[in-house]
Amino acid sequence: MELTGAEIFVECLKAEGVDTVFGYPGGAVLYIYDALYKAQNEINHILARHEQGAVHAAEGYAKSTNKPGVVLVTSGPGATNAVTGIADAYMDSVPLVVFTGQVPRALIGNDAFQEVDIVGITRPCVKHNFLVTRLEDLAPTIKKAFYIASTGRPGPVLVDIPKDITQMTGEFSYPSEISIRSYNPTVKGNKRQVRRAIDLVLEAKRPMLYTGGGVILAGAAKELTEFTRLTGFPITNTLMGLGGYPATDPQFVGMLGMHGTFEANHAMHDSDLIVAIGARFDDRVTGNIEKFCPYAKIIHVDIDPATISKNVKVDVPIVGDVKNVLADLIEELRGRKQGVDPQQITDWWKQINEWRKTNCLSYNQQMDGPILAQYVVDKLWEVTGGDAFVTSDVGQHQMWAAQFYKFDQPNRWINSGGLGTMGFGLPAAMGVQIAHPDATVACISGDGSIQMCIQELATCLQYRLPIKIITLNNGYLGMVRQWQEFFYQKRYSMSYMEALPDFVKLAEAYGHVGMRIEKPGDVEGALREAMAMKDRLVFMDFITSAENNVYPMVPAGAGHNEMILV
Amino acid sequence: MRHVISILMENEAGALSRVAGLFSARGYNIESLTVAPTDDPTLSRLTLVTMGSDEIVEQIAKQLHKLIDVVKLMDLNDYPHIEREMMLVKIDVQKQGACDVVKRISDIFRARIIDVGEKSYTVEVTGSRGKLDGFLQALHELRVVEVVRSGSMGIARGAIALNA
Ligand SMILES: Cc1cc2nc3c(=O)[nH]c(=O)nc-3n(C[C@H](O)[C@H](O)[C@H](O)COP(=O)(O)OP(=O)(O)OC[C@H]3O[C@@H](n4cnc5c(N)ncnc54)[C@H](O)[C@@H]3O)c2cc1C
Ligand SMILES: Cc1ncc(C[n+]2csc(CCOP(=O)(O)OP(=O)(O)O)c2C)c(N)n1
Repeated sequence: MELTGAEIFVECLKAEGVDTVFGYPGGAVLYIYDALYKAQNEINHILARHEQGAVHAAEGYAKSTNKPGVVLVTSGPGATNAVTGIADAYMDSVPLVVFTGQVPRALIGNDAFQEVDIVGITRPCVKHNFLVTRLEDLAPTIKKAFYIASTGRPGPVLVDIPKDITQMTGEFSYPSEISIRSYNPTVKGNKRQVRRAIDLVLEAKRPMLYTGGGVILAGAAKELTEFTRLTGFPITNTLMGLGGYPATDPQFVGMLGMHGTFEANHAMHDSDLIVAIGARFDDRVTGNIEKFCPYAKIIHVDIDPATISKNVKVDVPIVGDVKNVLADLIEELRGRKQGVDPQQITDWWKQINEWRKTNCLSYNQQMDGPILAQYVVDKLWEVTGGDAFVTSDVGQHQMWAAQFYKFDQPNRWINSGGLGTMGFGLPAAMGVQIAHPDATVACISGDGSIQMCIQELATCLQYRLPIKIITLNNGYLGMVRQWQEFFYQKRYSMSYMEALPDFVKLAEAYGHVGMRIEKPGDVEGALREAMAMKDRLVFMDFITSAENNVYPMVPAGAGHNEMILV
Repeated sequence: MRHVISILMENEAGALSRVAGLFSARGYNIESLTVAPTDDPTLSRLTLVTMGSDEIVEQIAKQLHKLIDVVKLMDLNDYPHIEREMMLVKIDVQKQGACDVVKRISDIFRARIIDVGEKSYTVEVTGSRGKLDGFLQALHELRVVEVVRSGSMGIARGAIALNA
């Protein structure tokens, strides 16, 4: 049977099992929207209020399900509005397939109305992209796009579709399989390297497991937990890796890096064996690279060979999928005559427990003083039983969320780490809530960040998304202010927002519930009240201490053992 | 160190700009880049000459490999290899005796005169970079009007080959 390009597009999505598309219509995608209208019983389209919001929502969907998020936007401004989200997904390895409308083929290159070279614009921030130039290429290209986005190191793939292709008709058949001769990610780790790794594990006196987003992306939390328990080693997670190992477990020493714990960073510094798993030695994690882990041998497991020895030279590289490699490591270790002797690391644990006594995340909430952000996150954790999905924006509140909400499960902590995109949190929460309609979804934000995609409050109303927004309102672009306080002699250049909206009224104007909380004593009650409103979005504006700082901190250029404590 | 990297990639629109974009985005050097389709029309072969420490060149190779359009690549520095470049040079021959100089030097360099005009000769030279530089130097007493260089092409010696 002959179908139009637009119908073929919809059939392809169905064949990929896509249940949700996040998007925004416009001229170049009108045929596609018409086909979607007819398919609305099978494919749910979520109309965002800005294309950036659509992409972040798709990221939230993807990060919380490990399924690719799907986005559809029009040409020109629709496509350029999507770029921030695409770049965000690229940095955090989020599987996305983004479809952009393009002007008809005959007009390409003509500076036609709403024409941009989106393939050119996004080339450096996608895993791959395509311009479909023939109708017969449409289905195979979509197949390739999903395959590339979701295999190997995941990432965004963009498919640009000229309008005339969506209008013309042709035969539809969806390829059942695809193979791309130039793309074959290595998923199985090298056996010899696995053996070498276990040799080192058995010898280590001061070992550290340093694990990241790759564990979450691989769906390997179970294997990681098993390996960690089997070795008895201390484990730290990157910001992106939180939830990969239960944060309430005694072997967990907290996040590492710039705002990591005293114990995690000191342990990294003094370690003699770092086992890096699905983590990419980001500069926020390593601090000064010259001073990074001076005594350690390093094992690095990653699916992307280009991350290995990129920033830090490693001793045992293992290219492969974390899930497979962890299974191999476990098998190899179990196969040895002797496992890790707990004696071998007793002194190390003693030392770590000494560092823990610093109690680096302590804070002092005076009940008659201003609300401290840390206290709000602590209470949120209590009130939600540690079981919520938590998205966040970017800034101090993000760090407090990471430090104080103890994630025991993977895919629960959804934030923007690599690009650090303010405005991520609210739309991401929409995607999470759509994927998990019955779950508690909290968005921890700041008074600056929340305004960057505030328009999505309307989307939340349209789809009745009962997200709980927790704005930690310090009146400042707090993270910027903190740096200015520490490193620019308190010259608060443009980090104070003299005018803020009345968030309660704003929430109400959008049809939601608004709350302002000003006293520490009201925090818990307000959270409970909000959580009880199961079917309403509640915007909670917590007026928090204006000049509160995130501690501990590894200042730029410093080593892990040179932290600023409170 | 200078490295000659041979790349086989899909002969598709935009593939070349992915390579070029990678180098500019990551701040790698490109000394020269040549590209043309191979005997298999679905593939292009690039020869890319770059400069960098061993670590950087290793990253370059990995990043290139990561491009979906790149099918295979080979750092020719890892093998005995041959490097060739072609150059077209237009030389002003109006000066007394210039024609003879061009002929003599072309002979020595096994270059070929491929166009003869009243005012100028055009010569084609093939060889290593050094040879081409030497050819230009040898012409120093004449006025060179125009130089076109192809950039290096490379191939491994012996049976080693870069095939899809
Ligand atoms: C304000 C701010 C402050 C920050 N402070 C910190 C901080 O203190 N500490 C911190 O840790 N981060 C911090 N970050 C985040 C930081 O910028 C990086 O985003 C983060 O450290 C990267 O995490 P990751 O190493 O886990 O890598 P990710 O970006 O999560 O990358 C995942 C890695 O796993 C690999 N991978 C993916 N899938 C697989 C698979 N199936 N198998 C094997 N490997 C796979 C990928 O190739 C990649 O190398 C901060 C960010 C912001 C915005
Ligand atoms: C889109 C964007 N612009 C600018 C920045 C730089 N930036 C990082 S944190 C921050 C301040 C965030 O302020 P707020 O959302 O109020 O959170 P707080 O730090 O106060 O918790 C800024 C401006 C950014 N990360 N993203």
